[in-house]
Amino acid sequence: MSGPAEEVDGRRALVRQGLAIGVATGLYGTSFGAVAVAGGLDVWQACALSLLVFSGASQFAFVGVLAAGGSPWSGAATGLMLGARNMLYGLGLVRLLGWRGLRRAGAAQLVIDESSAVATATTRTDHARLGFLVTGGSVFVLWNLMTLVGALAGTAIGDPRTYGLDAAVAAAFLALLWPRLGDRPAVVVAVVAAALALLLVPATPAGVPVLASASVALLAALLPRRSPPGPVPAEGSAS
Amino acid sequence: MSTTWVALLVLAAGSYLLKLAGLSLPAEVLERPVVRRVALALPIALLSALVAVQAVADGSRLVVDARVAGLAVAVVALALRANFLLVVVLAALTAAGLRAAGVG
Repeated sequence: MSGPAEEVDGRRALVRQGLAIGVATGLYGTSFGAVAVAGGLDVWQACALSLLVFSGASQFAFVGVLAAGGSPWSGAATGLMLGARNMLYGLGLVRLLGWRGLRRAGAAQLVIDESSAVATATTRTDHARLGFLVTGGSVFVLWNLMTLVGALAGTAIGDPRTYGLDAAVAAAFLALLWPRLGDRPAVVVAVVAAALALLLVPATPAGVPVLASASVALLAALLPRRSPPGPVPAEGSAS
Repeated sequence: MSTTWVALLVLAAGSYLLKLAGLSLPAEVLERPVVRRVALALPIALLSALVAVQAVADGSRLVVDARVAGLAVAVVALALRANFLLVVVLAALTAAGLRAAGVG
């Protein structure tokens, strides 16, 4: 149970968290815009990718294949393979968000790494919706704005790395992961998933290492349990 | 319309449909214990992989640079129960400071 003051604190924390991720991730849109134009797309195509695809790894993959001389179709296929990750996120989101019809159709476009991570880190529908919308919305607005800015200014805008934003995004993911490492199996899944992803980085296109790490979760969930499962803990009892 | 535009729009439509499909799974599918276990384990694996890749991947190479220092500071901050924003800002400041000093 939480009182009204804690309730307000909880909501404020979610908004702050969502905006922080939005700013850190959105600013990376400059690098996407610049990379897209440098890879041979025009400003409209760079902006269309950010508006309509709205999934960083898929967008970078499309541009990367084109820039490397691949066909637009192989670029699209790579991007779609990476986008399958977002379908997996729906598994954790659909019940938590509880949206139907038009709202669900609208929310679908905002299903990305960051919004899914923030929403699924909560256990209540109102918190999940707030975290999802603030994170997804702020990333969407800033990502698209900064794509345009990056595409127009090319590389002249400078490198977001100068401001340590790449480290900030890594820290943001870690901060989201941290509360989930409550028991030994969770830590094992996290360590094996990270190791697998790093192993795959030199051998696979960007985004595939993260996608492949989902197999670790599937394996851990499907392996027979050595001890009989205890009573399922109530929602929210972990923290 | 150029092939690039058509492929771009196919990618856009496919990406959206994948997202929508994830949100449109029937509820009875999600009520199976195995699905719940998968759903709980997925973000752990994916977030962990995202941390690792974001921290040391540079294209298809693995590099140790200022990002790792930023992440180490984030670990300390999290262990000391710092809030989310502070963790993120400290990591950014660490990496930016090292780069300004010509390290990493």
